[in-house]
Amino acid sequence: MQFNFNSTEPIYLQVAEQIEEAIFARTFSEGEQVPSTTEISKEFHINPATVLKGMNILVDANLIEKRRGVGMFVVPGAQGRIVEKRRNQFYDDYVKNLVSEARKLHITKPELAQLIERGFQAK
Amino acid sequence: MSIQVKAVSQAFHHQTILDNVSLTIEPEKIYGLLGRNGAGKSTLLNIISNRIFADHGTVTLDEQSMRDNDQTLGRIYLMSEVNLYPDRTKLNKLLDTTTQLYGDFDRPYAERLAKEFGLDLNARFGKLSTGYRTIFKLIVAFCVPADYIFLDEPVLGLDANHRELFYNELIETYSEKPRTFVISTHLIEEIANLIEHVFVLDHHQITVNGSVPDILERAYTISGSDHDVTTYTQGLNVIGADHLGGITAHYVYGPLQDDRPIPDTVKIEHLDLQKLFINLTNTKEEAHVN
Repeated sequence: MQFNFNSTEPIYLQVAEQIEEAIFARTFSEGEQVPSTTEISKEFHINPATVLKGMNILVDANLIEKRRGVGMFVVPGAQGRIVEKRRNQFYDDYVKNLVSEARKLHITKPELAQLIERGFQAK
Repeated sequence: MSIQVKAVSQAFHHQTILDNVSLTIEPEKIYGLLGRNGAGKSTLLNIISNRIFADHGTVTLDEQSMRDNDQTLGRIYLMSEVNLYPDRTKLNKLLDTTTQLYGDFDRPYAERLAKEFGLDLNARFGKLSTGYRTIFKLIVAFCVPADYIFLDEPVLGLDANHRELFYNELIETYSEKPRTFVISTHLIEEIANLIEHVFVLDHHQITVNGSVPDILERAYTISGSDHDVTTYTQGLNVIGADHLGGITAHYVYGPLQDDRPIPDTVKIEHLDLQKLFINLTNTKEEAHVN
């Protein structure tokens, strides 16, 4: 597991984002155990209470669940829910920035459409 | 349930060391006590652990005075910068004495830690390097059955590997047996995410006292062209500035004015703990804390 932390965003949010990313990428599959609070805490020298706060965001979002005395596990259907959420945020997260940058560069709508076409071709 | 430090002041030879310091230390939390050299950190820790008496003010544990109170003193432990152990005594012997003093001293854990740090318990204390003296004192601090453990410069002389091991062991022992640790250190970056709450002691007073996320939430870097940045930060609590070519960065601690339009050319980011600390404690004149 590889976490990349920056120093400007609250750490508990970063913990939640990084675990979510790992579930999205199927690094942690559904039904599988995620690393414990202590493990993450030790690995990255983060206060256990902070790690727990991040994990609780994912528990509230029904992406991971606590099994008493065992640890945290990925809830079945979690990956699908993350995909759904990201699709809903796609316009805000990517399209808005894309259009704003295109405007600054005087890239026209047809030119942008062409570039998107090229992006799909390249894949 | 807590340690309450109330209005503590201390002077040595007419020189102020602590000026009206008040703070609360709660159970089962990891704290950072930050301050520049000579800010009064060690004096404060010595007062809390009854090694010196404050000229003014009180320290209580669960509402009981801690002054010469055996019951409360057994519940706190100070690992200090000064070396209190006799040079010629072997470490094993020192552990024996500590075990006698503290009934529930965790001897097996002490021996396990010694092995992990590569410390020979047959050595005499006086023969140890600075780093290994620190390690020995840390081992004792981890193994005493105290509820409040104060670590004054716990990584003094430790190399990167031993510091890593120390932070890991701290989290391990804290997770297994939650208790309070108060860490006084200059290596802020290394403990920034490890501590839950931070105290900053500056010019003999506590100038920052809060949970780390709350504090950082209020700390900003505003950067951009000199004119735009200066205009935007007018009236805000600017604690420091950097200039590079035509680019200016102002460090702000405290609320921004939300109704003020943010020019496109100005970038707002959060500060990290170390940078905030440096700017807050740089000069007496510039730092005004709300």
